[in-house]
Amino acid sequence: MKLAKTYFADERNDDFSEIGQPLPRTDLRGHVTGRTVYFADRTFPGMLYLKMVRSPHHHARILSIDTSEAEKHPGVVRILTAKDVPQNLYTILILIQVGPEDEHVLAEDKVRWKGEAVVAVLAETERAAQEAAAKVKVEYEVLEPVLSIEDALKPDAPIVNEHHGRNYYLYDSGECRKIRFGDVEEGFAAADHILEETYQSSPIEHAPVETTGCIVVPEANGRFTCYTNTQAMFFTLDNASIILQMPGHRLHMVGGTVGGGFGGKVDVIVEPIAILAAKLTGRPVSFIYTREEEMQISSPRAAEKIVMKDGVMRDGRIVARKVTAYVDAGAYSRHSPYGAQKAAAHFPGPYTIPNVWIDSYCVYTNRTPSSAMRGFGVTIADFALEVQMDKLARLIGMDPLEFRFINAYRDGDMKAHRQPTEGAALIECMQEASIVADWPVDERFMAMSSRVREG
Amino acid sequence: MAKIAVQFTLNGSERAEFVESGSTLLSVLRDKMGDTSPKAGCRQGSCGACSVIVDGELTLACLTLAETSNGKDVRTAAGLSSGDVLHPLQRAFEEEFAAQCGFCTPGMIMAATVLLERNPNPSREDVIEAISGNICRCTGYEPIIRAVLAAARSNSVAA
Amino acid sequence: MGLTLQTCATVAEARSALKTAGSRYMGGGTLVVRAANEGDLTFSTVVRAVDPALSGVEVRDGRARIGASVTMSAILAHPELQVLAPAARAVGGPAVRNMATVGGNLFAHAPYGDFAAALLALDAVVSTEEGELPLDAFFERRDRLEGTAIVTSVAFTLPSPESFRFLKVSRVHPKGAAVLTIAADLREEAGVIASARIALGAMAAHPVRARAAEAALAGRPRTREGVADALAVALEGTDPPTDAIASAWYRREVLPVHLGRLLLS
Repeated sequence: MKLAKTYFADERNDDFSEIGQPLPRTDLRGHVTGRTVYFADRTFPGMLYLKMVRSPHHHARILSIDTSEAEKHPGVVRILTAKDVPQNLYTILILIQVGPEDEHVLAEDKVRWKGEAVVAVLAETERAAQEAAAKVKVEYEVLEPVLSIEDALKPDAPIVNEHHGRNYYLYDSGECRKIRFGDVEEGFAAADHILEETYQSSPIEHAPVETTGCIVVPEANGRFTCYTNTQAMFFTLDNASIILQMPGHRLHMVGGTVGGGFGGKVDVIVEPIAILAAKLTGRPVSFIYTREEEMQISSPRAAEKIVMKDGVMRDGRIVARKVTAYVDAGAYSRHSPYGAQKAAAHFPGPYTIPNVWIDSYCVYTNRTPSSAMRGFGVTIADFALEVQMDKLARLIGMDPLEFRFINAYRDGDMKAHRQPTEGAALIECMQEASIVADWPVDERFMAMSSRVREG
Repeated sequence: MAKIAVQFTLNGSERAEFVESGSTLLSVLRDKMGDTSPKAGCRQGSCGACSVIVDGELTLACLTLAETSNGKDVRTAAGLSSGDVLHPLQRAFEEEFAAQCGFCTPGMIMAATVLLERNPNPSREDVIEAISGNICRCTGYEPIIRAVLAAARSNSVAA
Repeated sequence: MGLTLQTCATVAEARSALKTAGSRYMGGGTLVVRAANEGDLTFSTVVRAVDPALSGVEVRDGRARIGASVTMSAILAHPELQVLAPAARAVGGPAVRNMATVGGNLFAHAPYGDFAAALLALDAVVSTEEGELPLDAFFERRDRLEGTAIVTSVAFTLPSPESFRFLKVSRVHPKGAAVLTIAADLREEAGVIASARIALGAMAAHPVRARAAEAALAGRPRTREGVADALAVALEGTDPPTDAIASAWYRREVLPVHLGRLLLS
């Protein structure tokens, strides 16, 4: 590994003893000997298996739930529905005051996506739980679903989630997160060229090799130990405390190595119902997603639609950017209001644009609720804005790397969301990239600096 | 529910348990015999995380009914090292950073073990074919391929 | 009410065991144990036969008879069956191939059943204890036969390596479930195609012969113009599924492209 010490030479201290040296990973010994402990690498006598009965419909009213046959099935210990959950309505981000609560641990009155959890069956063996789950009878009145952002935002669209009362998240700024900087219409009027493109992405599933799950053990001192592969231990502990109306100190969350998270294990999904089941049965409870549940039920990265309009000058300066972005949250908020907010700030990219207008919507549809994944809110925005940069460069006949030098932010530039740029290093990264990728640019770009705007 | 006897050699030791009829080899190894090195990733034969070696053949424990292993020789990743001494494959995986979350690692190592037992000098294509039944979502496979090739080289140097 | 395994010494015993309601025959377990794992509650007894005759391979006078319990790995290792290696190698990954059987592959639902597609292109004949049945007739009856008849072997005339072609299209390489599979046996004489047998996998609920395409190849040269008519009718008789791997639309779009490439390669 080579340290390029000519960049920011006066600011750096290259007296490193660890950086630049290979270090063994502390967890590799366990991995290669098969001794790393994942949550499911434990057995407990008397453990029960939880199988979830899920909605077969995208959107439906629940008319009745009949668990009587299922309850009689040999090996069944307990069956849980919404009424068993002390505080059934929740949302993950209520902990940081991003509400309203809009999701149920077990469905009440309505199901809003195909696969939503309705009834939890607890039995002595997995097979008995599967057999009993097949005997649960739920009567539905099927409702019209909206399965795309466009359909969800039509004026007469069926409402997905009554806790919002509209098919988009209502921010304190209104129907979307808004960035207003300068005057985009003036910018467009002055521009030599206008480019408007629409970018779209589908939901993306993390597909970790280890599926989501937890095992909960009731302890002798009245606490519950929850062995889980969640990536969000404190979110899970605090939300479980609220859902179960149980003081947090009675919950003991034990993590360990996660067999692939990628953001797919940050929802508070399996623990509350498993802890409740352990409490009501007095026995250890295992709730582990099958592969099908992991692929279809667990949250994916949100599908997005981004409309990006730019005004650019012949000399390469982007003078105006207007973005309308939609994040498909699916049926419930989870992390999506935050993702759509991050996106709003992100759309100018690492570039200084004097006139910016961003509207970023978090939209509800009757699809699998989406959630975090690898830079959610920002990743797809980057795809859109960087492809747009290439298209803009081509439009004015400029090299795409040189085009980025012209627009790159420098220290002190005001960003559209009104944070001054500090510690910018894009120019230097592109200079080094130009060298190592053998993509030469004009020497005036190799002389540029992030610390001062030339001319 | 009827219990049945299951008896086989596990990593060189005779093991016997009474288990639920119809149990898979995977659940017997993990829940009854205390060997959690094979993992349940899909239970449909797609991911390879449950790979073990039965009578010298790479086998998916999730699709094997435990009783069909009676009398056989079963090896798992946990049985590869002896005490503190790592198998060359294990050492190579460490040196090449061939694991991140580690969940696919036991299965990968089993697949590589069978490969090197049959083909001590595999090509890159041989390695790819050998691990083609094992999914990794973290490393992008290159460090794993490098590790298997490095283990093969170190074996031939030692020999 | 867990799962019970009944191991039978002979096929006759296994047949008898299958008469009990809720039983299902198992070859290597890749289909049956998977189904049980995934919550298939239609069976509670699994029946297998360990008769060594089921694992035999006999090749005589160019005709092969393969026992239903012969695994894909065994085929790959058999010196006289190398012409089928591309088809055997297409099934699953290395561990699956150690377990998956010839008989079992006949019962695999789309998008699986790659080896069965190869057998269909070779006009294989299926043996059960009742007698013999051409493979295409077996497929038509498969849903009724499943769970009652036990396949004991398949037989076919070995193709020459020059005439047999096989292609599996999957999204993941080298292993992945099929978008589609094509097995073809093309015999050329005097510069034209004398006869063609083409079987398609994952283009219907079970492998099907592309008979319209076969007819359109007869007497034509193996060139882009010569195969064009066959490609135009390649979809006749197909009813591709939409599943997690690909949509019916996609399979229909790409079949003629892949068939063209295979015929001209």
